[in-house]
Amino acid sequence: MSLLEIDNLSLTIGDTQILKEMELSVAPGEVMGLVGESGSGKSMTALTVMRLLPHAARPTGRVTFDGIDILTATEDQMCALRGDDIGMVFQEPMTALNPVKTIGEQVAEGIRWHTRASRADAEERARKILDRVGLPSAKFPLSRYPHELSGGQRQRVVVAIACALKPKLLIADEPTTALDVVLQAQILDLLRDLVVENRMGLLLISHDLAVVTEMADRITILRHGEVMEAGDTARTLSGQLHPYTRQLAQASMHVPARAKPHRVGTDQPLLQVEGVTRDYPGRRISLFSRAPAIRAVDDVSLSMAPGQSVALVGRSGCGKSTLARMILALDRPGSGAIRFRGEAITGKSEAELKPARRDMQVVFQDPYGSFDPRQKVEKLVAEPLHVLEKKPTRAERREMVAHALHEVGLDQRDMDKYPHEFSGGQRQRLSIARAIITRPKLVVADEPVSALDVSIRAQILDLFAGLNQKLGIAYLFITHDLTVARAITDEVLVMHDGKIVERGRTSEVLDHPQSEAARALVTAAPDLHRAIARRMQEQG
Amino acid sequence: MAQSAKTDEGCWNKLNLQFVQHPSSDLASRGHLLLQGEKEERHAPTPSMTAYLLKRLAIAFATLVLASMVVFAVLEVLPGDPARLMLGMNASADQVELLRNQMGLNAPLVLRYLHWAGGLLSLDFGRSYTYSVPVIDLVRERLAVSLPLALIALALSTIIAIPVGLYSASRRGRAGDTISMGVAQLGVAVPNFWFALMLIYIFAVWLRLVPAGGFPGWAAGAWPALKSLLLPAVALALPQAAILARVTRSALIEVLNEDYIRTARAKGLPYRAVLWRHALRNAMIPVLTILGLQFAFLLAGTIIIENVFYLPGLGRLVFQAITQRDLIVVESVVMLLVAAVIAVNLVVDLSYAVVDPRLRTRQ
Repeated sequence: MSLLEIDNLSLTIGDTQILKEMELSVAPGEVMGLVGESGSGKSMTALTVMRLLPHAARPTGRVTFDGIDILTATEDQMCALRGDDIGMVFQEPMTALNPVKTIGEQVAEGIRWHTRASRADAEERARKILDRVGLPSAKFPLSRYPHELSGGQRQRVVVAIACALKPKLLIADEPTTALDVVLQAQILDLLRDLVVENRMGLLLISHDLAVVTEMADRITILRHGEVMEAGDTARTLSGQLHPYTRQLAQASMHVPARAKPHRVGTDQPLLQVEGVTRDYPGRRISLFSRAPAIRAVDDVSLSMAPGQSVALVGRSGCGKSTLARMILALDRPGSGAIRFRGEAITGKSEAELKPARRDMQVVFQDPYGSFDPRQKVEKLVAEPLHVLEKKPTRAERREMVAHALHEVGLDQRDMDKYPHEFSGGQRQRLSIARAIITRPKLVVADEPVSALDVSIRAQILDLFAGLNQKLGIAYLFITHDLTVARAITDEVLVMHDGKIVERGRTSEVLDHPQSEAARALVTAAPDLHRAIARRMQEQG
Repeated sequence: MAQSAKTDEGCWNKLNLQFVQHPSSDLASRGHLLLQGEKEERHAPTPSMTAYLLKRLAIAFATLVLASMVVFAVLEVLPGDPARLMLGMNASADQVELLRNQMGLNAPLVLRYLHWAGGLLSLDFGRSYTYSVPVIDLVRERLAVSLPLALIALALSTIIAIPVGLYSASRRGRAGDTISMGVAQLGVAVPNFWFALMLIYIFAVWLRLVPAGGFPGWAAGAWPALKSLLLPAVALALPQAAILARVTRSALIEVLNEDYIRTARAKGLPYRAVLWRHALRNAMIPVLTILGLQFAFLLAGTIIIENVFYLPGLGRLVFQAITQRDLIVVESVVMLLVAAVIAVNLVVDLSYAVVDPRLRTRQ
């Protein structure tokens, strides 16, 4: 007997068909993985079950939860179900909690609402569940506010809210996508334990095939709102009978073809970082005193050759972005020196930095947030051109933009469009076009593919690899995703608590990590091969 | 306005019923005063909160000192000798000189400033030239009208605006929203003296419920005095409420798109409970900003309404003082208003920190 039964569910918003004859079921104590790329309707499926769809959405078909017909239930019935029998965990922990209420209030609120317990009783239960999700009272009293917690801790609070009343079904929509791999592993462990403890059904929604394979008993693969394939996780993924399943699995494990690392005929290093340290002032604890300063980057030295591709990996908050900002001369080191092509860039004025800026560019993680939505592509991609010594004419500028767009696989006619007319992957291509238009020697890429779907991500990795071969651009990839590091870099630097704790050839470090920090990253990183193998053993 | 007020009332009655029925909810009593914060008793002020408070106080005081210098300087450079003005054009130079000495006008600038500022601190504002009474008495008399009027108008504006804003935001894009925001638009556009005239016509002339104008003084009893302030307060409040309702609505709409609203819904809270418990307090910051500005305006910017209702308020005092060149009165009232505005801003700043815990730790 299924706990949740979705039968022939179709969903339209306005004139757009979001889901088409969707089928899915979850039994008590079972983990169902729902996989698909962005826009495939995964989240809308979750919101349909919760009946929290946007106003314009029109679902048809049948959704039954524990004998209750969800689509025809009254709003009062739904309120009784939500948070009590069905809990939900969301993707973005940084914004999922109300900033003006304490975590205690937010966890206790649902308990009070559903059980009509007194404030004291509800807070006691809230305390217990917070202890259970790994937020002990000594460090995390109920009176903490969300902004005093990190992303992983906030996600634990969200899990606590969802699981406070021991729901029969938990829906987790990309619960770990915004977290680093170590936190991801912790949250997934927590969810798995809660499933076993309470015999809870779990609908795990993710774009990450490896995560779902590690967690799910059965899997449903969704594409453009239609179920492509469904069944036991091991059989579905090892057989890869359906072409789309195969495509997804291959894209997840994609390694771009790269010939020998590109070498330019000089021995001079492209980038040298020597003993760089950066402190941030501590929080003010009273009118006259501050907490001790936080050392974000601690005596870091590194060197990169021209054309080399280096990964800087580490958990969130380890100082890797601060280091990148200093390399890009967007932040000044407290001590130490950074030399780019032999020239010191520390302590220089903006005018003196111009030549260096021309030769290094940056690609950010979020292809949605890094463009001004009111400017056309031509202007956006041409942005770095102001660092050129000679200002190009309008015709030259268009020529250069067209060329850059061509190099990243876009059409030159795209230059008269606005950013919203592009998909996420195309936008990331635009960011890359913007980065390469000045013919830089170094591109710093901060998590450049972690916001992208697997198939798009494979294409973007190919693009990076191709440009490295063709233009001899050196890359510094900042990432917590080891598959990216493995796919595209020659060397890897592992950063932990502001220090570089391990460095070496990528394959060596990732296969035989020496330091504790590197080992933690490697163990926690989901790996599709390994996960399928383990599933095969379990499910026969 | 009447129509939308009616629908609102219906809607909020239902709401309150719902909250009252729920035993675990103390929302009905909390009502719209969520902004008062519910944390004070449970959280002792943290060091950073004290630091925030001290910093704000220091800034407020510095602003006050600076403003007093500007006010003093401006009146110094204005043409016209107060002594000559007082004695008239026919007075002899000796007489004027004598008076100047008596008034201390011949002392050095800095000494005169310090004397004046010291007087302000001890509430000695000097004497009015035209009324020949201490300015402080004049101001006190007028404040007895203006301050209650401003407070009543502000309270009315808040009581009307926040429910209307909540109602509109929760029905965004639907008929109720369009109608109430249309009415609010009208409220912003129509001048308040026109409202005032309509109110006089309906409630004073036609229904004879309240006097059409004048102020009997608090000595005549609290109720007659309040009664005569009622219509002016409503006339002042309506346009303010219209602005505030629009601000509340747009702030709420922004907040309602936040992820934590979805989290709250996923807990099983009904939409309205989410609106009150989670959305409203987060939307309070822009609303508090506008409220602060409105209070400052209501205290002295009510000259037209005071004239329509023949109320002896601060606005009319300043207006008359300016036309009669009674500069010492102008100076004093301006300083008083500056102090009031700074005090209100201080209160608004502190209430930000009460509403949003993140501001308590911000550097």
